[in-house]
Amino acid sequence: MATILGGICTSHIPAIGAAIARGAQDDDYWKPFFDGYPPARDWLRSVQPDIAVVIYNDHGLNFFLDAIPTFAIGAAHQYHNADEGWGLPTLDPYPGDPAFSWHIINSVVEDEFDVTMCQEMRVDHAFTVPLSLMWPDRSEMHIKTIPIEINTVQHPLPSPKRCYAFGQAIGRALAAYPKDLKVVLLATGGLSHQLDGKRAGFINKEFDLRCMTEIVDSPEALAALSTHELVELAGTQGVELMMWLTMRGALGSQVRQVHSHYHIPVSNTAAGLLLLENAA
Amino acid sequence: MFVSQHTQDNHEIPGTTIFDGEMAMRGYQLNKMCYSFNEAENRDAFLADEDAYCERFGLDEEQRDAIRNRNVLSLIKAGGNVYYLAKFAGIFGLNVQDIGAQQTGMTVDEFKTKLESAGD
Repeated sequence: MATILGGICTSHIPAIGAAIARGAQDDDYWKPFFDGYPPARDWLRSVQPDIAVVIYNDHGLNFFLDAIPTFAIGAAHQYHNADEGWGLPTLDPYPGDPAFSWHIINSVVEDEFDVTMCQEMRVDHAFTVPLSLMWPDRSEMHIKTIPIEINTVQHPLPSPKRCYAFGQAIGRALAAYPKDLKVVLLATGGLSHQLDGKRAGFINKEFDLRCMTEIVDSPEALAALSTHELVELAGTQGVELMMWLTMRGALGSQVRQVHSHYHIPVSNTAAGLLLLENAA
Repeated sequence: MFVSQHTQDNHEIPGTTIFDGEMAMRGYQLNKMCYSFNEAENRDAFLADEDAYCERFGLDEEQRDAIRNRNVLSLIKAGGNVYYLAKFAGIFGLNVQDIGAQQTGMTVDEFKTKLESAGD
């Protein structure tokens, strides 16, 4: 049976990808951010996952407003990165595991989460940046990937409570997969930030630190927030905390915090990293 | 009114536009144009003839003015969604700190200082 090793939550800001592309990791601005990542890479090297389930939100690369799915799951042999409008270098495709994807799709739909099924899915920075942070050298990345996408573009968004429950359904699906595979979850996005309006530049350190604490042992308290409360507390794009809650739902009720890191600012965002290991 | 009343308390959050169904309908053409900027050849076509490109996507006067003035707050008011507007801003080499500064009436340095001070 498949085993869920644990999960890693990390911010996914496009500027991180740009910094990696120009080799700026040791610059004064970037070093305090990138210095948070070696412990997560060490953990991945020690546990050697076979599959990364990446829970992220598309920023207008694969989906447009003509049809925005609330929850979408990729079921492709590979996932292509593409230009998001800024002309950054396009990264090599990421291998998928369509049989495992269809298992998850079948399982969560049976569990009454009626997802959109994608046999083609272009993946943007929210998918690629966390993978680049975890495996800076692609030749050392021997995992297959399964993208799970959640709408943060067009309101109404799924509620934090619904995302947490979706995560629980994903967790049941993963645990029921008959192949002997080791799975790690990546949740990408957050923490507090707002790009638009006169409130642009809003960051809420107090709330972020509350999230990083509560998501470990009392995620239900965060899941009880409404979307509107989340916008107010975390900013219009801080709603990406939904990815973290989805991942937390997929982990077991008991988890052990292996590593955490928090840094303000990266671009307009408070950057958070949290590594939780499933307590067997 | 396109959007039904919610049961929750969705009071206004200062300086914040919730991109709901009403805004999505208002800004559809504008956002569709910005979505097209994912492709380099479309960015080039826009730069070659802005008015013709806006015309092709059927932008209304308010949207065309906001595009012409590179004014992010006006673009949001006209239905622009920041995820797509970021692609428009990128054409001019503007990042989210540049558009943050513009929207808050600060210089870019002042805006960066504001972000850094959030960590204190």
